[in-house]
Amino acid sequence: MVQTIIEAEGLSKRYGETQALAGIDLSVPAGTILGVLGPNGAGKSTAVRILTTLARPTGGWARVAGHDVVTEAGEVRRRIGVTAQDATLDEALSGRQNLRMIAELSGLRRADGASRATELLDRFELAHAADRPVRGYSGGMRRRLDLAASLVANPPVLFLDEPTTGLDPTSRARMWEVIRELVERGTTLLLTTQYLEEADALADRIVVIDHGRIIANGAPSELKAAVGGTRLEVTLTGPHDGAVGALAPLVAGLVDVSSDGRQLRAAVPAGSGVATAVIRALDAVGAVVDDVAVHPPSLDDVFFALTGADSPAAGRQAAGAGPVAPPRLPSQASGTGPAATPDAVPAAHSDHLHGAL
Amino acid sequence: MSQLAPPLGAPVSPADSFGGPARVAPGSRALRDVIVLTRRNLVHVAREPLQLSDVLIQPVLFTLLFVYVIGGGVSVAGGSYKEFAVAGLLTLNLTTAAIGTAVGITTDLKTGAIDRFRALPIWRAAVLVGRSLSDLLAAALCMTMVVLTGLAIGWRPHASVLEFVAALAIPLLFAYALSWATACLGLVSDGPESAQGIGLVILFPVAFVSNAMVPTAGMPAFVRAIAEWNPVSAVTAATRDLLGNPNPSALSDAWPMQHPVAAALLWSVAILAVAAPLAVRLYRRRTTD
Ligand SMILES: Nc1ncnc2c1ncn2[C@@H]1O[C@H](COP(=O)(O)OP(=O)(O)O)[C@@H](O)[C@H]1O
Ligand SMILES: [Mg+2]
Repeated sequence: MVQTIIEAEGLSKRYGETQALAGIDLSVPAGTILGVLGPNGAGKSTAVRILTTLARPTGGWARVAGHDVVTEAGEVRRRIGVTAQDATLDEALSGRQNLRMIAELSGLRRADGASRATELLDRFELAHAADRPVRGYSGGMRRRLDLAASLVANPPVLFLDEPTTGLDPTSRARMWEVIRELVERGTTLLLTTQYLEEADALADRIVVIDHGRIIANGAPSELKAAVGGTRLEVTLTGPHDGAVGALAPLVAGLVDVSSDGRQLRAAVPAGSGVATAVIRALDAVGAVVDDVAVHPPSLDDVFFALTGADSPAAGRQAAGAGPVAPPRLPSQASGTGPAATPDAVPAAHSDHLHGAL
Repeated sequence: MSQLAPPLGAPVSPADSFGGPARVAPGSRALRDVIVLTRRNLVHVAREPLQLSDVLIQPVLFTLLFVYVIGGGVSVAGGSYKEFAVAGLLTLNLTTAAIGTAVGITTDLKTGAIDRFRALPIWRAAVLVGRSLSDLLAAALCMTMVVLTGLAIGWRPHASVLEFVAALAIPLLFAYALSWATACLGLVSDGPESAQGIGLVILFPVAFVSNAMVPTAGMPAFVRAIAEWNPVSAVTAATRDLLGNPNPSALSDAWPMQHPVAAALLWSVAILAVAAPLAVRLYRRRTTD
């Protein structure tokens, strides 16, 4: 029988006027990764704080490793590791001192804590900086140390709140490797992220949350299928009547045209030569192309697909979004110019998507 | 619900192994949490010795300032100002340095360190107790600086070893109690800066409207009454008595000045009895959201 390690029902949290969580249900089987995907302010950290006993829910309940997060908080704390969104490392202590301190506070004997610290520092490639104060660590090193700290006591359940936000691509890739390794060892993991790509790369299941609600829930493949796989964005020198028709055979689904008629967006089947084919087809109808971009779907694309509206992240994403923040999509087609063609309607609506997931 | 066994091949939390008979007794776990957190605070101090200016430099500065600049104009019955001043400087420096506890706690709240501790299976009050103990060590250092500076400029205790130890233990106990009081302040303030600001506005008058630096005899009646019932005065008078240094307050009729040792102990215990449970409650409230 597969055990459910993290479960929640109707979990909600209100801060004054703000409904940070508006009733979410979760069910995470042992040894799997749940990706919680959502823009800034969606309620991800609130959910993590409740599940890790740092905040009390104002409604609903949650159990982690079989223990209620409110009434059996102590039992939950013995079984979890947490890496908060903002590093909670001790800046004045060295990496080793941080790990040893957490080891001892987690109940390891002194000698065991010391050897565990050494082991983790090696594994996270921090041995060279082990005895320097954390103050001098780079962003990537801090994140790795923070993750190491949450692994000190070898917890069966791990919570990582945006573990790669703000990291450069190399540090991200290393973080992903470590996370994958963890799950191979049987750890159950809840991971929050703003990047669809990350949830896709790591998670067994994804829940998409926005404004404290789950708006989609499924396997990454289902979510991606719903969003439409690879995204194509074409910028023309000027609007062109034949452009949509020229792209139609190459894309999956509908073409979205911006109000000025210069930006065309669509989902395309993954495969090689897409950009070449697109340029040839547009050239053949006499449309002049300024720019072609083919990229994996971003959180914005997910929101666009799920709600037919731009990601709320676009407006709310402030500092700290990191170098790999999802690209901002041009605004929705209006009824002027070539965009008025029947093709140019929103790609999908949430109703039929919920069915698909 | 019964406890879930981890799936095959899953890492087993060491905490789970504590669930069995090998579990460390809760009492000794709490003690260990306190030791670990106290040590952590001491590492902080070692890494940032500037934090110690309150307890290293200020005592020396105040001692020299009062004895050589201000004390010149103060006459003390039964001895020199120098002989009179050192016990007062002990209490004065310990009182103002007590603000360190508020600053330390607000800093830990601000940096998220306390969040990290809270997600660990530790004794809740360990964060506060650890802070109070590391600050007690800082207070002992502060006291040592005053005593050494005093000795260097020619002050001498006239006491037995036992009296000398008691003379130092009384202000130290008072500092420990005050430390819990400023912890309460830290737990209700926004950040280290405001805690320090508000704390000093409260502690400076408390430290100075006392017999610590000048005899109370020359004060207006109203101020004098406050000064004689100020715990700082009781602690200072007790220290002067035990050190065999001039203690003009002995001439006052106020009960605390007639029984300074008892008054100092009562004040310290009373502050501790109110502030420590209050700090734990405030901590609980501050860290519950
Ligand atoms: N301690 C708090 N006090 C008041 N509002 C909060 C607090 N924590 C979070 N919020 C609000 O709750 C909402 C969800 O925040 P959060 O869970 O941090 O989102 P995310 O982690 O997805 O970015 C936001 O509108 C945020 O401003
Ligand atoms: Mg967050």
